[in-house]
Amino acid sequence: MSAAILSTPTDSWDVERVRRDFPVLGQQVHGYPLAYLDNAATTQKPRAVLEALDHYYRHDNSNVHRGVHALAERATRDFEAARESVRRFVNARSSREIVFLRGTTEAINLVASSFGQGLREGDEVILTAMEHHANIVPWQLLRERTGIVLRVVPITPSGELDLDALPGLFGPRTRLLALTHVSNALGTINPIEDIIAAAHEHDVPVLLDGAQAVPHLRVDVQALDCDFYAFSGHKLFGPTGIGVLYGRERLLEAMPPYQGGGEMIRTVSFEKTTFAGLPQRFEAGTPDIAGAIGLGRAIEYLESLDWEAAMAHEARLLEYATERLQAVPGLRIIGQAGAKVPLVSFVMDDVHPHDMGTILDHRGLAVRAGHHCAMPVMTFYQVPATSRASMAFYNTFDEIDRLAEALRYAREMLA
Amino acid sequence: MSEMSDLYQELILDHKRNPRNFRDMPDATRAVDGHNPLCGDQLRLFVKVADGKVEDVSFIGVGCAISVASASMLTEAVRGKTVEEAQRLFVEMHDLLTSDHPRADPADLGSLGALAGVHEYPMRVKCATLSWHTLDTALTSDEESVTTE
Repeated sequence: MSAAILSTPTDSWDVERVRRDFPVLGQQVHGYPLAYLDNAATTQKPRAVLEALDHYYRHDNSNVHRGVHALAERATRDFEAARESVRRFVNARSSREIVFLRGTTEAINLVASSFGQGLREGDEVILTAMEHHANIVPWQLLRERTGIVLRVVPITPSGELDLDALPGLFGPRTRLLALTHVSNALGTINPIEDIIAAAHEHDVPVLLDGAQAVPHLRVDVQALDCDFYAFSGHKLFGPTGIGVLYGRERLLEAMPPYQGGGEMIRTVSFEKTTFAGLPQRFEAGTPDIAGAIGLGRAIEYLESLDWEAAMAHEARLLEYATERLQAVPGLRIIGQAGAKVPLVSFVMDDVHPHDMGTILDHRGLAVRAGHHCAMPVMTFYQVPATSRASMAFYNTFDEIDRLAEALRYAREMLA
Repeated sequence: MSEMSDLYQELILDHKRNPRNFRDMPDATRAVDGHNPLCGDQLRLFVKVADGKVEDVSFIGVGCAISVASASMLTEAVRGKTVEEAQRLFVEMHDLLTSDHPRADPADLGSLGALAGVHEYPMRVKCATLSWHTLDTALTSDEESVTTE
C-alpha cells in the first residue's frame, strides 16, 4: 500500500487537548496505549462528569422532590436543572416532555407498555430489520399480551432501509412506527425526516431509538417532529443507569403510568390513588439522581466543544477508517450506507470476530465482537458476528493506523 | 502479561486450519448441538457408541479458532475411549480450562494440553469448553442441545 495515497489526515480539531479531558484514555493496555474504539457500546466520561458525580455524593446527596432541608433542595434543584439541560439539548418544548429512566431500553419498554395499553389485537406496529433487540423484544412481549401484528421494513445490501417498501406497510390499523435513528451494527443514519413525514401522512406516530444518534448528530425533536425519542446517558459521555424518553406532551398526557410507587403519585389511599403530572407520573421510585446530574454535566461539556469541528473530525475518521480497512486483505465491511456515523463493522475471511477481538485487545485496541444485539442484521448478512470499530471525537488517525496494522497481523497469524 | 502465542499455539492454529473429523455422521448414536450464544459459536457433535465405547466421533459447525480447535482435538482424543474414560476426560478438561489450580498437569494431557493457555483469557474459556460440554451432554443425557450460558 502506498503511504502517499493514505497519508494521515489532519484537521482543525485539537484532538490531543480533548483527550486530556478523558482520564481513562491515558492508560496502557497490554503494554500499548489504549485505543478505545468501542464507543457504540459505551462512551468514556470527561472529567467534568466524574467531578459532578463526586460532588453530588460528597456534598449534596439527598432525595429529590421531598424534604425541605438544604441538601434536598440542592439535590432537587440540580436534578431538575439536568432535566432542563436535556430539554435544551433535544430542543423539546417543555421539560414536562423529558422523562428520566434507566436508558434507551427502559424508555422503549415504557412506550411499549404504556402507549401499548391502548393497542388491541390486530393493531399494527412497524419496525425495521436493522433494529437493536431493545426495539424488537418489547414489541414482541406486547404482541404476546395483546395480539398486535409486527411489520418490518427490510434493508438493502448496502445497509440502508428499503424505503420503497415503507408505503405498503402502512394500513388502517397501523398504530406506531418504531425505528432506530442510527444503526448500532451498521452505522447507517436513517433518513428519518422523510420517514416521519410519511408516517404522519398516515396519522401514525413515530418512536425513534436515538441511542447511537445523539453522540454524533444534533437532534431537534421539534424540527424532526417525532413523537417519542429515546436515548441513553452512557453513550453520550454521561454515566450508566440514566436515560431519557422524550415524548410529545399530548401523547404522554394520554398514557397510563408505567410503574407504580413513590414520586409518581399525588395522593394515595387504599380506595383511590391519583397520579402526579408529567413527567413524574412516569418516574416511580427514587430516580438515579447522580446519574441525571452527570448526564446534565455531559451535555454541558458537549455544548462547550466546537461541535462543528468535532463532527468534521468524526467524518474524517470515518472516511479514513473505511479507506484503511478496505485495503486490508480479506476484510469486508458490513454496512456501506451513504450516510454513516463513524462506525465500521467488518468481517475477515478465516478470522472469527472473537479471535479478532482477542488479538486486537492484546495490542491495546478495544473493539466489539459479536452480534451487537442485532441478530436479524447478522442473519441478513449471513454472518454469525462482526467486529465493530466505533469512534468518537476523541479518537485519532494514529489509532486507525494501529487498527489496520493489527488487522493485517491477525490475518497473517490466523488465516 | 500473557503472550498471544500462549493462546494461539501452532498446534491450535493447525487444528483451526485443518479441523480433524470435520464431517457429518449419518449413523451416529447421538448428535447434540452446542451453542455459545455470547459469540454465536455453533457446532453439532456426533458420537457413535457401541459396547460402552466411543467408536467414532465427529463434528460440524462454525466458530472461532479456539472453539474449532478444541472440538477437533476432542475428536482425536476421545475416539476409541470407553464412555467412562471420555467422561473422565471431560471432567479433567473442564478443570484444566476453568480452575485456577487444575489438578492435571497439561503435559500429561498430550496435545490437549495446548488448550491450557485459554485459562488466561476468561472471555474465551467458553469457546474452549463448548465442545466438551456438548460431548458430556451426548454421553450422559437425552438432551438434544446445550448452551454455554
